[in-house]
Amino acid sequence: MHPALSVIVFTVISGAGYGLLFLLGIGAATGWLAADRWFGVTAFGLVFGAVTLGLLSSTMHLGHPERAWRALSQWRSSWLSREGIAAIVTFLPAGIFALAWIAGEPAYGAIGFFGMLSAVWAAITVYCTAMIYASLKPVQRWNNGYVVPCYLLLGLMTGAVWLDALLFLFGTGGLWAAALAALILSIAWLTKLAYWHFIDKSRSESSAETATGLGHLGKVRLLDAPNTEENYLQREMGFRVARKHALKLRLIATLLAFLLPLMLTVLAGAALTGDLGWLSALLTILAALATTAGVLIERWLFFAEAKHTVMLYYGAGRA
Amino acid sequence: MTSLPRDPGPKKLGLVIDLDICVGCHACAVNCKEWNSGGHMAPLTDRDPYGANPSGVWFNRVHSFEAGDGPASRTLHFPRSCLHCEQPACVEVCPTGASYKRAEDGIVLVNEDICIGCKLCSWACPYGAREYDEDAGVMKKCTLCIDRIYNENLGEIDRVPACVSTCPVGARYFGDLGDPESAVSLLVAERGGYDLMPELGYEPVNKYLPPRPRQETAGCTGAKAELDAPENGAIANPLLRWVDRILSR
Repeated sequence: MHPALSVIVFTVISGAGYGLLFLLGIGAATGWLAADRWFGVTAFGLVFGAVTLGLLSSTMHLGHPERAWRALSQWRSSWLSREGIAAIVTFLPAGIFALAWIAGEPAYGAIGFFGMLSAVWAAITVYCTAMIYASLKPVQRWNNGYVVPCYLLLGLMTGAVWLDALLFLFGTGGLWAAALAALILSIAWLTKLAYWHFIDKSRSESSAETATGLGHLGKVRLLDAPNTEENYLQREMGFRVARKHALKLRLIATLLAFLLPLMLTVLAGAALTGDLGWLSALLTILAALATTAGVLIERWLFFAEAKHTVMLYYGAGRA
Repeated sequence: MTSLPRDPGPKKLGLVIDLDICVGCHACAVNCKEWNSGGHMAPLTDRDPYGANPSGVWFNRVHSFEAGDGPASRTLHFPRSCLHCEQPACVEVCPTGASYKRAEDGIVLVNEDICIGCKLCSWACPYGAREYDEDAGVMKKCTLCIDRIYNENLGEIDRVPACVSTCPVGARYFGDLGDPESAVSLLVAERGGYDLMPELGYEPVNKYLPPRPRQETAGCTGAKAELDAPENGAIANPLLRWVDRILSR
């Protein structure tokens, strides 16, 4: 599948924004996070900035972005519609949550309630985004049980690493913050490895033989494509990345998204015990940059490594 | 509404394509393109048609495949267009309601006035029925010539999809596949018409007729392998009898 930059940026940046919102919500509701005003301004600035940037980015690949409001109407059947509604609905409790935090309400009560609501809706929005892809039967590498957990965990992970960077920057970070980020990084890493293992080992039921119904004659091969130049279907669904390039990119993504942030987060925790708060802040900011870059590469691969059944008509043996 | 019709009627209009007869001339593809550029629809995109990178939207495309090896192998021509499925995911994923399936005849259409061109329907279609029109910014697909089949301005004989009317070898049929007594349904039953990618559960309405088995031995035609020797006196004409005797020496 053609990796559209606008969609990649949308899912990664918005995902991180929702992950951060989720953790802020849980943190406020449980009292883990203290409602420091300037921390709130920065954190919510990041949340709303990321989510808004992501959503605007996603409208850029539309043929008629001025009609985008219509995309909210088919929530009864379309995951894309549901995602649009969830994203907008999330702004409501998130907005009140942010205002309450910045205005300085106590950690329990209003902040806690709207924090929880924001966390729930942030999760619902990312779930809907993941389901857009996971519900597509023609793409076997998406139509499986790994995609939703990956989206949720990677959003949570990037949000957690961003949260750590903010906490250490404001000097309110603790070992628990580093430990939480390290835990989520590890779980997300394992889930992503499981996904990559799954797509390497699994095979689609569909083949050129089932696509043409001519399997009873033997192996089916394309003799002549219907067009001499590339058409829309080949451009959109025929994107292929060579296996050796894909493996190299997986390695880079693993290093940037998981390994490096994990190491930096652990070191940041160590620096904290050594009373080097400024170093912790630096390390966690680096971790945030690394993980974001890494997840952008992971998301690019998610699209690039996906195969669509329509290519069975254009020479692919299996999809 | 992009939910599927709650109470679909019994009518399931669709096409039957005979792979045994199709010669791969692309006349159906060309006529489809012509009708949908000159008829009721907005013109189909044709970018840089005489240049280095021509690109355009076609509703019907004709592929050619080889199947099998050796003497049993076949070269087949394969027209591919929207199958007007009974469980079209392309309808359900559409966020605006532009993609819909008609309850009265099962035709799947795109409302080009509300389509936002998000392309998700083309991802949801395993058969590649939908293409994005760069100039119009919307998705387009085979309409089963809905602007022809009910069009009273055309003579009765012309009220079939353009591709069906133009096929020079009669490899395409149009009719109601929801009516078991219709000509197309009987044809499908007789020839063993099948669905493409049935494992995905889209329940396509269009059916493809498989190529008939080849006749590989001469005996199949009823002709004898060798001619009988002529009987004595079997030739009536004396001149020819003489010629036969001379030539048989």
